[in-house]
Amino acid sequence: MLLIRCPWCGDRPEVEFRHAGEAHIARPADPAMLTDAEWAGFLYERANPRGDYRERWRHIHGCGRFFNAQRHTLTDRFAGTYRPGEEPPA
Amino acid sequence: MDRRFSVFALAREALRGHAGWAPQWRSPERPQPAYDAVILGGGGHGLATAYYLAKEHRASLGPGRIAVLEKGWIGGGNTGRNTTIIRSNYLFPESAALYDHAVKLWEGLSAELNYNVMFSPRGVLMLAHSHHDVQSGMRHVHANRLAGVDNEWLTPAQCKAFCPPLDTSPAIRYPVLGGALQRRGGVARHDAVAWGYARAASALGVDVIENCEVIGITRDPASGAVTGVETSKGAVRCGRLGVVAAGSTSLVMAMAGLRMPLESFPLQALVSEPVKPVFPCVVMSNTVHAYISQSDKGELVIGAGTDQYPSYSQAGGVQILIHTLEAICEMFPIFRRMRMLRSWGGIVDVTPDRSPIIGLTPVPGLFVNCGWGTGGFKATPGSGHVFAATIARGEPHPIAVPFSLDRFATGRLIDEAAAAAVAH
Amino acid sequence: MRLATGGRIDRSRPLRFSFDGRAYTGFAGDTLASALLANGVQLIGRSFKYHRPRGILSAGAEEPNALVELDRGPGRREPNTRATMVPLTEGLVARSQNRWPSLGFDLGALAGLGAPLLPAGFYYKTFLGPGRDAWYRRWEPLIRRMAGLGRAPEAPDPDRYGNRHAHCETLVIGAGRAGIAAALAAAEAGDRVILCDEQAEPGGRLLLLPGPVPGLEALRAQPRLRILTRTTAFHYGLQNYVSLAEVLDRPDGLRERLWRVRARRVVLATGALERLLPFSGNDRPGVMLADAARAYVARWAVLPGRRAVLLAAHDSGYDAAFALQDAGAGVVAILDLRAAPPAALREAAAARGIAVRPAHGIAATRGGARVTGVLAAPLRPDGSPDAARAEALACDLVLMAGGWTPNLALFSQARGRLRWDAAADAFLPGETAEALECAGACATGRGPGLPLAAIAAGSLGARKAFVDPQNDVTTRDIALAVREGFRSIEHVKRYTTTGMATDQGKIGGMLGLAITAAARGQAIPEVGFTTFRPPYTPVSFGTLAGRHRAALFDPVRTAPTHAWAEAQGAVFEPVGQWQRARYFPRAGEDMAAAVARECLAVRNAAGLLDASTLGKVEVVGPDAAEFLERCYVNAFHGMRPGRCRYGLLLREDGFLYDDGVIARLAEDRFHLTTTTGGAARVLHLLEDYLQTEFPELRVWLTSNTEHWGVAALQGPAARAMLAPLVRGIDLAALPHMAVAEAEVAGIPAWLFRVSFTGEAGYEVNVPADRLAALWERLIAAGATPYGTEAMHVLRAEKGFIIIGQETDGTVTPEDAGLGWAIGKAKRDFIGKRSLARPEMLRPDRRQVVGLAPRDARVPEEGAQLLAGADRREAQGHVTSAYHSAALGRPIALGLLSAGRARLGETVFATRLDGVPQPLEVVSPVFWDPEGKRLHG
Repeated sequence: MLLIRCPWCGDRPEVEFRHAGEAHIARPADPAMLTDAEWAGFLYERANPRGDYRERWRHIHGCGRFFNAQRHTLTDRFAGTYRPGEEPPA
Repeated sequence: MDRRFSVFALAREALRGHAGWAPQWRSPERPQPAYDAVILGGGGHGLATAYYLAKEHRASLGPGRIAVLEKGWIGGGNTGRNTTIIRSNYLFPESAALYDHAVKLWEGLSAELNYNVMFSPRGVLMLAHSHHDVQSGMRHVHANRLAGVDNEWLTPAQCKAFCPPLDTSPAIRYPVLGGALQRRGGVARHDAVAWGYARAASALGVDVIENCEVIGITRDPASGAVTGVETSKGAVRCGRLGVVAAGSTSLVMAMAGLRMPLESFPLQALVSEPVKPVFPCVVMSNTVHAYISQSDKGELVIGAGTDQYPSYSQAGGVQILIHTLEAICEMFPIFRRMRMLRSWGGIVDVTPDRSPIIGLTPVPGLFVNCGWGTGGFKATPGSGHVFAATIARGEPHPIAVPFSLDRFATGRLIDEAAAAAVAH
Repeated sequence: MRLATGGRIDRSRPLRFSFDGRAYTGFAGDTLASALLANGVQLIGRSFKYHRPRGILSAGAEEPNALVELDRGPGRREPNTRATMVPLTEGLVARSQNRWPSLGFDLGALAGLGAPLLPAGFYYKTFLGPGRDAWYRRWEPLIRRMAGLGRAPEAPDPDRYGNRHAHCETLVIGAGRAGIAAALAAAEAGDRVILCDEQAEPGGRLLLLPGPVPGLEALRAQPRLRILTRTTAFHYGLQNYVSLAEVLDRPDGLRERLWRVRARRVVLATGALERLLPFSGNDRPGVMLADAARAYVARWAVLPGRRAVLLAAHDSGYDAAFALQDAGAGVVAILDLRAAPPAALREAAAARGIAVRPAHGIAATRGGARVTGVLAAPLRPDGSPDAARAEALACDLVLMAGGWTPNLALFSQARGRLRWDAAADAFLPGETAEALECAGACATGRGPGLPLAAIAAGSLGARKAFVDPQNDVTTRDIALAVREGFRSIEHVKRYTTTGMATDQGKIGGMLGLAITAAARGQAIPEVGFTTFRPPYTPVSFGTLAGRHRAALFDPVRTAPTHAWAEAQGAVFEPVGQWQRARYFPRAGEDMAAAVARECLAVRNAAGLLDASTLGKVEVVGPDAAEFLERCYVNAFHGMRPGRCRYGLLLREDGFLYDDGVIARLAEDRFHLTTTTGGAARVLHLLEDYLQTEFPELRVWLTSNTEHWGVAALQGPAARAMLAPLVRGIDLAALPHMAVAEAEVAGIPAWLFRVSFTGEAGYEVNVPADRLAALWERLIAAGATPYGTEAMHVLRAEKGFIIIGQETDGTVTPEDAGLGWAIGKAKRDFIGKRSLARPEMLRPDRRQVVGLAPRDARVPEEGAQLLAGADRREAQGHVTSAYHSAALGRPIALGLLSAGRARLGETVFATRLDGVPQPLEVVSPVFWDPEGKRLHG
């Protein structure tokens, strides 16, 4: 049970949140311009790193907002969380 | 000496204090400088691949030198961390063909390997708790029967008769409305599968190298083709490289510059203390999230769900275990005084359509077999068999064709998850 | 034997109990183990594999041998319970297990005669025949019967289990000397403190000393400190999230309680565990850990034997021997595995008249169900006892002082690193990322004795020297595993099963590691160690599941008219968490009759459905239309307020995700419905796009599923029934797919003219708590209530799909025949790009069609569609099939390859009850194909 710091609400238990996948995968501005392979890259390909990982969470049973987090996927420890548009932790 | 296992061999050894048993597989400290085919990953799938390569395809592999490189100890990943459910009653014909190929191999595997993998076709019962579940279950039964895969529908009373500890009363939150039973399904002894394949492959000349981590993939600068791997025990040249690294696949493929449609999640399981036989079959409920059987040792073997976030920690949250046992107690109220003895976690590599990827990659000489998610154990022999043929021939085995990596670009997905809610 | 004085028992409170049907007495403060020992009972159970006699080895949670079945009445049978952890209670009924016909005479022990044939892993090498399925048919049933320990309960457990969440600044695990000190210091510094201990009484090894436990009074005076006894910290999660299992056994039926504690800081004061020693016959009842024997004397005034031999690898054993002697037992000899035991101890022993034999071990034990003697033997240079020079010593108790293993299971669970400390001859806590400290013996050990490596090396040749006494794993099994190539400690563990018994190797685990190292010819740290896995000790399923049963397993959601429907005798069905009325049978009606009547009522007059379970989302803001335009496939910009549209939502991969009615209530305000099951996920998806892809849009989303109750009044008589109740609008002027604000039956309402039946109809949205009132008025007006089953039939007659029934995550709008809904001029929407992938353009994709049986049978839902009765290739499947009362024949919908181009063709649907059934491929719209009735 992770303890997650919602940028708006503070530390809350993981059950209040829903994971929302890898962060910083922007939807292409004009999908029609993409090849099938490029579109598949956007839809499906993920970094899936062992180490620092930037991910999205939603405080679904709290304020309802999406935010980003940097977490190490081997230790599961958070370097920090940040609001959309903010810089990730160094 | 006669290296075959039998009760006679055991009796003979008993007379001399079991001094004559040799290592079950050769485990050279270091790899040779070159192989014709290297299998990266010493789990059940990787070892099976090596075994079938050596047994059926040596002629197409030049001198036929084959090695399995394992980062830790063989069978130490998901092979030794799953709940050992075996079945083939998948919805889509492509899936049913793959998994039934595996079940047919399971049925003769102990004899094939001369190693008792304890395949126990005690029947897998998949429960329905809503009319939607019933419709989905019936669709599976129809589809499987047409494909020649056994699957039958049981009424709640028949479910109770098949699995007496099951509460089929209307008192539970999601009463049982029926179930799909595959009698040929069952369980096997997971560790024995890795060891049995390792022993049999080793006997055919395969080098099984443990504690050998791959840290790089070398490629021909001109063609881009794989030329070998860099390992913690030195460089190894090879013409064909088969990656069977489960949860670590993304990391390995990244060494070849490939991004994969995979994410790795923690998956937990647990066992109870051992008790006398009380649970005769395997029961799965996707709706209530409970998967249970009883091992030959007497432990109730219970599968839990994945955590929601990707992780390589091999540890998940306690709330997952709690939710799982809530489901078990709800459906099997006599087990509330049983105790959880041990829990553990694995790392499962999950594809967007919850079906595996078996086949070629954009890099010549590089083959991949991954994405088995939460349900790979059951496929072990079939997966190894078709992957070996794929590596040897340089083109997908007919059963593997639909499971190609490029299906994500074309959109020809095999979405068992969408069709059945969960593909375990 | 009970001593006349001493101990921490309450001699004024005798308690009666039984074991294997024989009556005994003990005292309050006893454990079942101490009471059995007090009554001279040494044989408690049988081992797992060879069914060897097993007694009491320890005095704590680490007990591998003394496992019993407790029986507290129907549903309260409890297998594999450690007798050392059960406080004695009046009337306690305990039984031995894993024996037949009796504990004293167990036929299973014949397995012991075959032991040479049954070394580690024997089952992998045998049972390979005769025949293909010999294992399953012939051998596995035998093995299964022999295996297992106790019997599972047979009846549902009537007890209750509690659940608490707690936060504290300091959680201290273990209430021994170190734990008490840490808790006191933290409490005095102002922390909220929780101190837990698995034993019934706090104190740990301080309980071995007479008198009150030092520090306990001071602790009890702390107002912000909570002491939990019989409470085991069993799971250590990330960020100091620790789960505790508290045993209560309260008379009101509250049996156990799960605590989930988030602590700012954790202090592990879990002590050290004494190890057994590997020598031949070390498993016989009467062979006991030295410190445990000392505990039985000191805490429970029980003498576990009258003539004791101590086998020592560590100084601490001498204390036990002396304590036994002080209590009246004879100490026959102290055999010290060390060549040079400390002079002070030798002198102390000599002063007591006890002979110490340095460099001596035990070559074998004598006895059957109880040890009667040992062969004391000098050690050879390799550390093994020299049986040829052995001397028989009669005794009824053998104490093992094997040295101590710091108890770091929880530290390891907390992902702390263990480091080998050569001086301590033990793994000690290393780095950890948690705010976690170790204190006391778990941090430092309890001083080195004879090195583990030396103990292991001397035991490799021993016969029947058990490392895991419950699973019957001997030193030779481990050596065999290594010889067979199982070199990793994880392999050794799995091949031999050492450390996998219910005690999880607490007593023998380190020894198994040392023996593996010795067999490999390596040092212990080179072998590494196996992972410590939760739980620390076994925890009952009930404790974890708590009160989450039946209705508390998952919330039950009910529609506003649920009580009314229940009173009418409705039959309900689960739809996700909802309970929905499926049909309303009248007297004498079965389901088919009721559904047929309800359908005809809708077609011929008017029916009334509670549609409140549909998800409802309000989309508000200046950019609301633009937002929906970007999400749904439909076009919204040209939509006028007061109009409704059938909306389709895809996933980004192009497959149908949800559908519903989208109504424009005002320029900047939309009301959209989702499927019943899709409400939460649709809102989640819309929020995702709004917050992260389109944050520039000024739009707000609000779920109001629970706010609105929805009465769907459908049928040719609907308007006539509804009109008299409506104020504020002209109902006749409200066209199909329109919405208006009105007052209905005096209730403010949004009135939708929409239809999921093909009949003219209305969906009246009123505040949920007022729906029942409206409902009764409409019933009074003559509407016939109908349930979800009739709803399914009615929509199928019209060819309306249901998401999740006609679709399964692989169906596009075009496949479903809904391509018309897509805004053709739209540049983009969620999933649009995916629809252009090659696979989506294949002409043979499966498409929704109608299927008209050529006979009178209703096809089976899920049936596979074939081009010919004898074909084997599925071309699709039947998604829905019903008897249509309105049409007087069965109808079906299905997904069929290239189906829309095959109208008029005959296909065949598989049947479980016989040969495939011929069906004609037809339009999915069976009823009123021109749609005239909608506008009637």
